[in-house]
Amino acid sequence: MSLTNTLGGKVWKFGDDINTDLMLPGPWLYRSAGEQAKAVFINNRPEFLRDMKQGDVVIGGFNYGMGSSRPAARSLRNCGVGFLLAEALNGLFFRNCVNFGFRAFECPGVSTAFSEGDRAELSIDDWTATNTRTGQTLAVTPIPTMLLEMMVGGGVLPMLEAKGLIARRAAG
Amino acid sequence: MPMTIAEKILAHASGQASISPGDLAVVDVETAVLMDMTFLPEGWREVLSLHDPSKVVIVFDHLVPAPTIQAATAHATGRRFAKQYGIERLHDVGLDQGIAHAVVADRGYAIPGTVLVNGDSHTCAAGAFNCAARGVGGPDMLFAITTGKAWFRVGETIRYDFAGALRPGVSAKDIFLHIAGTHGAHVNQNVEYGGPGMHTISMNGRRTLAAMGAELSAEFTIFEPDDALADYMRTVNPTAQTRPTMPDPDCLYRERRAIDLGLLEPLIALPDGIVNNSVPVGQVEGQRIDQAFVGSCANGTLDDLAVVAHVVNGRKVAKGTRLIVTPGTQSIYLAALKAGYVETITAAGGIVTPATCGACVGGHLGALGPDEICLTASTRNFKGRMGDPSAKIYMGSPATCAASALTGVITHPGTFFAGDRA
Ligand code: SF4
Repeated sequence: MSLTNTLGGKVWKFGDDINTDLMLPGPWLYRSAGEQAKAVFINNRPEFLRDMKQGDVVIGGFNYGMGSSRPAARSLRNCGVGFLLAEALNGLFFRNCVNFGFRAFECPGVSTAFSEGDRAELSIDDWTATNTRTGQTLAVTPIPTMLLEMMVGGGVLPMLEAKGLIARRAAG
Repeated sequence: MPMTIAEKILAHASGQASISPGDLAVVDVETAVLMDMTFLPEGWREVLSLHDPSKVVIVFDHLVPAPTIQAATAHATGRRFAKQYGIERLHDVGLDQGIAHAVVADRGYAIPGTVLVNGDSHTCAAGAFNCAARGVGGPDMLFAITTGKAWFRVGETIRYDFAGALRPGVSAKDIFLHIAGTHGAHVNQNVEYGGPGMHTISMNGRRTLAAMGAELSAEFTIFEPDDALADYMRTVNPTAQTRPTMPDPDCLYRERRAIDLGLLEPLIALPDGIVNNSVPVGQVEGQRIDQAFVGSCANGTLDDLAVVAHVVNGRKVAKGTRLIVTPGTQSIYLAALKAGYVETITAAGGIVTPATCGACVGGHLGALGPDEICLTASTRNFKGRMGDPSAKIYMGSPATCAASALTGVITHPGTFFAGDRA
């Protein structure tokens, strides 16, 4: 079974230590998920939401997603980011990526192999990422199957719903 | 295979003989702590089947007493949930109130050798009690309370060996600022604290240091067990089934680092980021501040309030400067009241607020306005963390914050402790 098709999109590059406050700023913490998705990177890159297209790719450096446990991964998913690759993902942010069904993986070398505006393609079947401008292909660090299934299956909530452990609700 | 403390606890909790970095551990959760934000309507789902109410703790902390209708609604949801499933450990507004990590510490809910989760990033604070505690996401909490389980990617461990003892006026916060400034982030790594000097750090100091593990981006931050921990647990939670867990001799650390506590000095983290951002207080001395804050799950302990009271005793907070002190729990507030700290701080012109997250997260009771400058003894100095994004947040120890509140500029706390020096 293939867990996913190849995904691709335009690259938006970010540096090291991008924290979750930047993806989901404090003043939006108590608003709806829909409103939160309209505040992604509003303090550090206000042009991001204006110019990005569905399926675009975020590429980050080390410790991407550091900081609070707020559901920043949900905002990235909801605003239309196709996937995220980083040199290293913060552990707590990674959990939320699995839990909210947002594809985020570690890919050593990614921050030097890609420039702003390149096109990145990701194949989870063979765990590679390709820069279509340079033709360079990098290895993506695989994650355990249990986590991958949760991530591409829409996250932990649909799983708990299916088991009858929590009540169903429209996707948030 | 010999294991580090984190590996040993995860192995035991997942029923495996051994576990090593790179493994995925699916573990039994001994304690699941739900804080108020978990009950916000965007994240909470009605639970149809709860694994075990006796393993659940509910604490309202970020927004208490409720400053908004939304917070009040979240609290109401939490109360209903507690009632529905007969969850006894509900820390509602009142005497039981406090910041979840501080409540967990005060009450001895973090049981040595077990796994604790909470949907808040500073959950690692419970590592002071030799507990594998990790902040997880809201959905992880629903997973934990309905299945009794949590998953962790097992990381490598960095070991810190402390020697000697801190000099007067230097605190656990300065140990943290030293580690963050010297060694930077510990992404996907566990941090283990021990060594002969560890015993000189009070349980409250360990709480500070363990809580700040989140700022190192560490997975688990865990202290070795010692007599002080055993005494503490006997006092606050005598019936707990503890499993004090030492690392195996010859276990594999990614790196082992020695720290001589006697050499440390008060440090400051410059605004907008904590790791690799520490400087000696002297380097920023004289920087004007609008507000000094001492509080949060890292610095709302009784020791922290005692230090502030010691520094401001008989003195006055500078005109135009605000000193805001927030105890971690109402029990700490009460103890500070009995010890006279609240009176001393109030008489000096400081404000002692009820126990809550408050200014730490810019929610209420001390949010920062545009271009304001704050010196904080809390957990985070990110842009916009405590209010307006143009505000600048420096971070230092409670002693440095108190000394600076008296002058209105960043001030070395040394002179206030000079008489204590041997
Ligand atoms: S005190 Fe601050 S860091 Fe601690 S739980 Fe509350 S908001 Fe988070």
